[in-house]
Amino acid sequence: MSTNVTLDKLSRQFPRSVVETHTHRGDATAIVRKDEILAICRFLRDDPELAYDFMMDLTAVDYLGKEPRFEVVYHLYSLSKNQRVRIKARVPEADCTIDSIVSIWVAADWFEREVFDLYGIIFNGHPNLKRLLLYEGFEGHPLRKDYPLKKRQPLIGPLN
Amino acid sequence: MTDSAKNLHTEQMVINMGPSHPVTHGTVKFTVTLDGETIDDLKVDIGYLHRGFEKMCENGTWEQVMPYTDRLNYVSPLINNVGYALAVEKLFGVQAPERCQYIRVIISEMARICDHFTNIAAGAMEVGAMTVFLYFVEARDLLWDLLEELCGARVTANYVRFGGVKNDLPEGFGAKTAQAFETCRKLWVDVDKLLTKNRIFIDRMRDVGTMPAQEAIAHGFTGPCLRASGVPYDVRKAQPYLVYDQMDFEVPVGETGDNFDRYLVRMEEINQSMRIVEQALARIPRGPINLDMPALRWQSKDDTYNRIEALIFHFKTVTEGVKPPAGEIYSAVEGANGELGFYLVSDGSGKPVKCRVRPPCFPLTAAMPRMMRGRLIADIVPTFDMINMIGGECDR
Amino acid sequence: MIADLTETIVKILFIFSINVGFYAPILGWVERKQSALMQDRVGANRANIFNFKIIGLFHPIADAVKVLTKEDFIPEGADKFFHTLAPFLSLTPAIVTFAVIPFGGAYELWGHPVKLVIADLNVGMLFIFAFASLSTYGVVLGGWSSNNNWSLLGGLRASAQMLSYEVAMGLTLIGVFMVYGSLRLTDIGMIQENFFRWGIFMQPLGFVLFFTCAIAENKRAPFDQPEAESELVAGYFTEYSSMKFVMFWMGEFLEIVTISGIVTTLFFGAWHLPFVTDQMLVSFFAGAGPNGAALLAMLVNVVVFFAKVSFFIWLMMTIRWTLPRFRYDQVMRLGWKMLLPLALINIFITGIVLLV
Repeated sequence: MSTNVTLDKLSRQFPRSVVETHTHRGDATAIVRKDEILAICRFLRDDPELAYDFMMDLTAVDYLGKEPRFEVVYHLYSLSKNQRVRIKARVPEADCTIDSIVSIWVAADWFEREVFDLYGIIFNGHPNLKRLLLYEGFEGHPLRKDYPLKKRQPLIGPLN
Repeated sequence: MTDSAKNLHTEQMVINMGPSHPVTHGTVKFTVTLDGETIDDLKVDIGYLHRGFEKMCENGTWEQVMPYTDRLNYVSPLINNVGYALAVEKLFGVQAPERCQYIRVIISEMARICDHFTNIAAGAMEVGAMTVFLYFVEARDLLWDLLEELCGARVTANYVRFGGVKNDLPEGFGAKTAQAFETCRKLWVDVDKLLTKNRIFIDRMRDVGTMPAQEAIAHGFTGPCLRASGVPYDVRKAQPYLVYDQMDFEVPVGETGDNFDRYLVRMEEINQSMRIVEQALARIPRGPINLDMPALRWQSKDDTYNRIEALIFHFKTVTEGVKPPAGEIYSAVEGANGELGFYLVSDGSGKPVKCRVRPPCFPLTAAMPRMMRGRLIADIVPTFDMINMIGGECDR
Repeated sequence: MIADLTETIVKILFIFSINVGFYAPILGWVERKQSALMQDRVGANRANIFNFKIIGLFHPIADAVKVLTKEDFIPEGADKFFHTLAPFLSLTPAIVTFAVIPFGGAYELWGHPVKLVIADLNVGMLFIFAFASLSTYGVVLGGWSSNNNWSLLGGLRASAQMLSYEVAMGLTLIGVFMVYGSLRLTDIGMIQENFFRWGIFMQPLGFVLFFTCAIAENKRAPFDQPEAESELVAGYFTEYSSMKFVMFWMGEFLEIVTISGIVTTLFFGAWHLPFVTDQMLVSFFAGAGPNGAALLAMLVNVVVFFAKVSFFIWLMMTIRWTLPRFRYDQVMRLGWKMLLPLALINIFITGIVLLV
């Protein structure tokens, strides 16, 4: 029962995709289906009443034991309206992919690589989806909750 | 191009700048493909300082995260402290007492001044002006002395607590600050004389690493680098936190978004931050510095040994950690490099489910290839400096 | 014959001990102290012998011990011969060029005429140019033979920069030679006995241009692109260690001395005090007998000369610790588009003035 303009517009524009909206401690949040994430993001950026021109943050959360397991979280900011919104897209473990939004905000490039690196979520259509913080040859994705805290990685030599 | 030049056999040279190279003072690696001195392609390779910040946070209690935040942007650790404490307080839905908010403003701004001092100093040193470096490092040291007196550490402060701060301002802090600022201003003027109208310095910085406003926004720039492009976005003004709405300060903006504008914006922000500190010190009210909420804070040793309730709370908070209600929040403060955001998810237990930091220099570093393609190899130096990539924050 | 030989050997020993024995080691200390003074620091003051520190003057000794005991390292894939040859090519010209710079006037001792210059060549300035160009080889070879990308870039930058600035420097000096009508440095020194004929008054623009070009030739900040530590690690001597590194380093310091010597000789009255002619000096000391007067005058002149040299050394140090460094293309632009035309204008104006 929010009175937030963004959430209202979003639910009206994408009635099928927006699963749930809520506001907690002043943070407007919309939970959406991952299939339409590109269209939703483009709408949020291009709609003149919303104009979310900043992709502030992109990350993921692992809710191990729940289904769907992952949530990809986008934090957007609109400079002209001085508003923030959080978009969450749920990603099941079985189909651990989501569309890349690099075509909408260039800033998402490294953020998506980082999420891929640490959670193993694949971003379809990302121009250069490689590990960012960890090295090639690292096994597993350390921010998944089932990755042991003290797991050792095999030593690898120089790549070239 | 003449035919002979076309037929001349040339090849590109690939060099690795870093991870241990004088310019990469945050352990980062540039793989530069050079055509002569011109950069054809530049790949940034980060992660050399990755310590698994988020994994550590998820395995510690909420309080145990506080010292980790010191090690994010280790040039301005106090802003990280404040940002994290504000985020947790937002999760709880509480606000620190007014005196504490003033103290937090003071230390945030001091940390910002230190950060800008360091950044300009390092930038000048890398383009060859070693003297400037030592001038500003001296100024920074004066402020670090103050902070050391305040919280006992120069770099790893760990000063802020949930709902308060560790201790009150020491005796005579205001007078000492005024004294230190006087020297800092003198050094500031010296550096201004040495750099701002120095033709060589201007030549090195002007029109290098230019980012037009639209592109800067698309790349997720925040902080001085965004403001240099002419976008007056500052979290302190846009969504005032603490008592910033009662402070009188300007947000300097640049015009072209090149390195020289970034330098000018930082120089002016040092002045504005000093103004804020002076105002805050003049207006700081008396009163408690901690919320009277035993479930939120560590009890003082005095209370722990003398009051049974305090002892119980001490036991609970130490063994289980404070327990914010379930929920998720995003809270942003203006870090020295830009928007420093914390995205916290709590399930009501003593440990965070997710403790995500939005590092301001992360998107800035990501834009390096965009800014450097087609430029000269020497341009990497001032640009990378003005980006102010801090390894601890970028790699976490 | 024997007297001439002895005289030359004494002069060589004197210059050698002044340059290699005094200036080269002491300049490292001067540079540290000078930068420390400018930067509100204490500077080098740790090296001590039995707890005697004398303002850090033992540092050159400590440095010498350090570099002599370090491993002399030749990187894998380097061209050993050229890698070893390069530092020699860099140091030798710096030492040799001082041969033609007069550090005093002409005197008569016990009936034997003495000129305080090792080799009084009639093409003195050309000799200096010839040897200055030789030192380019040292730098380029060092950069190329190290088998290191940074060295290579440094060497390439150095060669381009030194060649470009030699052109402007040469053209600048043409103005000086037009005024004095000689390439022989002792002649130029003699003419400047008259204070109003000092080079700085005859060729003020020439002095600025020459000094700029000389710093660029010497590859010191703000013209230190070949070794720009933030870009190229250490440029052409990245892969040098031990004594070979010191030879580059000494070469640089001796070049500073040489440049200061040339500037003093060409523009600042060589060994003369303002308004004091050689004759006046000798007659001032007349009480010491003819030989004693000549010796004392010689002493004054030599001290005056080296005091002036030291001043310009200090000036170069100050500039080095004040200014940031140019970008490579800016250096080239400055050389070809600013200094070169200015040098030509200087010649042009000098010509007109001389004709009129």
